[in-house]
Amino acid sequence: MKFWASAGLVFSLAVIAAAIVKNEYYFFAGYTVLMFVVLATAWNILGGYVGYVNFGTPAFFGLGAYTAAVLFKATAAPLALQILAAAAMSGLLGFAAGLLTLRLRGIFFAIATIALVVIIETLINNWRYAGGATGLQLLRPPPTAPFESYVKMLFVLMAALAVAAVAIARYIERSWIGRGLRAIRDSEEAAECSGVPTLRLKVFACTVSGALMGAGGATMPMYLSFIEPASTFNLNYAIGALASPMIGGTAGYLGPVIGAILLSTVQQVVTVTISSEMNVMVVGVLLVVFVVAAPEGILGLIRKWTRSSSR
Amino acid sequence: MVFSFDLLLEAVVFGILLGCFYAAVSIGLSVSFGLLDVPHIAHPAIMVFGSYCTFVLGRYGFDPIVAGVVLMPAFFVLGMGVYRFYYEAFERRGSDAGVRGIAFFFGLALIIEVGLILAFGVDQRSVEAAYIGKSLSIGEMRVPLRFLVAFGVALVLMTALTLYLSKTFTGRAIKAVAQDEAALRLMGANPVRIKQWAFGIATAVAALAGALLIIVGPVEPGLDRVYIGRTFSVVVLAGLGSMTGTLAAGLILGISESIVLMHFGASWAPAVSFGLLLIVLGIRPQGLFGR
Amino acid sequence: MKLHKLLLAAFSALAISFAAFAQQPIKVGMSMPQTGSLGAGGKAALVALQMWVEDVNAKGGLLGRKVEFIVYDDQTNPALTPAIYAKLLDIDKVDLLIAPYGTVPTAAIMPLVKQRNLLLMGNFSFQVNRTVKHDMWFNNSPWNTASSWFDGYFLAGQKLGAKTIAFLAADQEFAQNLATGAKELAKKGGLKTVYEQNYPPTTVDFSSMIRAIRAAKPDLVFVASYPNDSVAIVRAVNEIGVGESVQLFGGGMVGLQFTPNMESLGSLLNGIVNYNSYVPGIKYPGIEEFLARYSKKAVEAKVDPLGFYLPPYNYAIGQMLEQAVTATKSLDHKVLADYLRKNEMKTIVGPIRYGPDGEWANPRVLQAQFRGVVDKNMEQFRQPGKQVVLYPDQYKTGEVMAPFEKVRK
Repeated sequence: MKFWASAGLVFSLAVIAAAIVKNEYYFFAGYTVLMFVVLATAWNILGGYVGYVNFGTPAFFGLGAYTAAVLFKATAAPLALQILAAAAMSGLLGFAAGLLTLRLRGIFFAIATIALVVIIETLINNWRYAGGATGLQLLRPPPTAPFESYVKMLFVLMAALAVAAVAIARYIERSWIGRGLRAIRDSEEAAECSGVPTLRLKVFACTVSGALMGAGGATMPMYLSFIEPASTFNLNYAIGALASPMIGGTAGYLGPVIGAILLSTVQQVVTVTISSEMNVMVVGVLLVVFVVAAPEGILGLIRKWTRSSSR
Repeated sequence: MVFSFDLLLEAVVFGILLGCFYAAVSIGLSVSFGLLDVPHIAHPAIMVFGSYCTFVLGRYGFDPIVAGVVLMPAFFVLGMGVYRFYYEAFERRGSDAGVRGIAFFFGLALIIEVGLILAFGVDQRSVEAAYIGKSLSIGEMRVPLRFLVAFGVALVLMTALTLYLSKTFTGRAIKAVAQDEAALRLMGANPVRIKQWAFGIATAVAALAGALLIIVGPVEPGLDRVYIGRTFSVVVLAGLGSMTGTLAAGLILGISESIVLMHFGASWAPAVSFGLLLIVLGIRPQGLFGR
Repeated sequence: MKLHKLLLAAFSALAISFAAFAQQPIKVGMSMPQTGSLGAGGKAALVALQMWVEDVNAKGGLLGRKVEFIVYDDQTNPALTPAIYAKLLDIDKVDLLIAPYGTVPTAAIMPLVKQRNLLLMGNFSFQVNRTVKHDMWFNNSPWNTASSWFDGYFLAGQKLGAKTIAFLAADQEFAQNLATGAKELAKKGGLKTVYEQNYPPTTVDFSSMIRAIRAAKPDLVFVASYPNDSVAIVRAVNEIGVGESVQLFGGGMVGLQFTPNMESLGSLLNGIVNYNSYVPGIKYPGIEEFLARYSKKAVEAKVDPLGFYLPPYNYAIGQMLEQAVTATKSLDHKVLADYLRKNEMKTIVGPIRYGPDGEWANPRVLQAQFRGVVDKNMEQFRQPGKQVVLYPDQYKTGEVMAPFEKVRK
């Protein structure tokens, strides 16, 4: 109950902000932050709950974006349909990729996920209808009422998606699926021996993770009114999706949210004040620092401090 | 799609030159990942860093190959330092380190990449030398000299490394630590110091590979991302821990890329290395000569 | 009585100070590629724009207000331009917009300016308004359709009796726009396409493609490429050779007009027939005086000291904005667009009249052949003669020489 109350509060805040705040740039930045919340939460379902490090976020994200773009180009479909289609396609990719690669251990799985990104990107580069390497210009329709500004509409939509993603992650974490996933993470062999259907659960996690990433990417084409492969399949998305839970904490659903909000906000501020290169440096440095010094993330640090201060 | 025997022959010749170059670029990873099991995703980034160092030395009049050799001792020390840090932070702490170790090296690669952008900008950089820009005519074929030079240096480098690992005492100790660390410890050798030494060698080799990289073509800071696929493809196809396998795997990759480039176009070439990797992982994960 | 006078004086003083306070500068904003493939050209163009800002402020500004110039680096990356222009509009709150130099960075912001109904002054892009069809777009470049670009090349080929053609084009907005148009014209002109290849913009090694072109034995080779690829292609042609059948090579290679590239490629350029906007010897009103002033500033800024290709046309953008704002006494984008559509602009690159698509009604693209170029000599390009103009007739200075490989020796 507490969760739904706070989720509802967050969403209402987003809607109120859209009504009151005038400067559009805050919504551009806010959209990006919320998008990383979705990506980080999605990543953590496979990365944190199961322990399989996925570098292929751009493949799922990009496939979702291109599905939405091509659907819009072909049929002028509304946003809701674009998001559903994107989630479906990326979920399908997650399912297929999961079946093929989840048998590989540790770093081999990670490298295989990078392979996925390059292969999907190459396919898109060779597809003229989707614009190939040149890219697609897209003219978006006017925003649906009661929104006056398209960016504000996307912002509220992304807030809704973020709440949905976190709710799904929380549900999985608390259910028997989550218990099975944690068993796999702690010792895959032991889980197998105790009768946990490891492959099925892993593929399930990969499918859900992929679908959410696809949904997160679906609104990108409309956000920019332009889409091209090099930036859409950029490994920077992989790093952001991975770094946020590593920084926030991978154990539960709250870690990725905290990590994403923190990291993404810092990145946006640095981009506007210093430069866009420095913001990538920020991610790299924070990732290394947290991975070395604070393996449990910010939530872990908070837990340690509260435990030691309560003595 | 133009198909002819001449064109195919040229593609194969070019592929052999390219493949040997890829093998040289990957052999450092064969040691650090293949033998030592370190998830060294930052290997291509360190190599690109080597290319930029070669570029800077080139401004002072150093020939790129000479620059590469000069850089090797410095990179050796760098490699030892990186391994020491990795060992203290991760390997010591146990099995969970796997996930975080990978993330660490990814973060490192990113920091190197952005550092290069901040220092040099995003523009392409290249070096000049007497053998860059000219080509050798063999019958109908014109073979660019820069690839021949890279081919030659690569062969020398790989032969030297293979001999070192099989003939010298430390070399064999490195191979031993890969096979059975516990046994080595029982014999009184310190596996951590040996691994550190090996990682240093791998990084020094990366410096020379970086020099070859900037001879073969212009470099820019994001180039390491392209080479992650190629180097890991080669190492996995070779089979972890096999030096001779690295040459064979490099050649296979080089020739396949060259043929795809010639006949299907440049837009399909990036997928060749990763496609090959996925196939190997799916069918024969231990590679050609794996242990 | 006296109190009234005092109040009136006070009120006037207040009013004047309010007015002075309201004399905010007019902000002109853009992103310019200063790094990346177009960086060398962009930096030179920037010097020209900064010259215009200084010149206009020295004359008292626009509408009595100082002009402030805000520019960011988009690294020739179309992924960065939408965010940069959003920032210019929402945070920096600029009054007037100039497009980034180049088709590729500009393509990404066309939907944005159309959606927000903004005037955009184009900067050397090619057919970037083709699909969006924005009616407040005005380009500074001397071409309009592919025909304006390809005709000269095609005519030269026809004179040599060419029957077959090969196309090599980067997979990006500019090169694809040009290649598509050129292929249609080639077909109409009766040429047979024996080879066509699109390459990813990040390609650095062209050996395989040059070999394949050589094997196809074409009479003409038409290339549409950006500076990094153009340079790599010229070097690859030198290394691998393109074959004895080729009469003409070149056409749409961006970057061979940047002085640093011309200097570093040197004799490798000989024989290439390529487009250009201006070569020394062409007498536009005011251009030679501009180039002399530009040269001094460029040397200080360490950029292209000759500045033939882009800088005059960027200065012309400033001149056009100045003319429109001064004539209409307004900063309203619709009013300015209307003026630009209906009137002839007087600039240092000649008079400009716009067609309904925002491109020049009368193109002035040159096709010229590099001849007698020597290595490591920048000054040689100051005199006319190193680029022999083949087309159009009114600026022609010589006849084409072929075949390509023979002219190079």
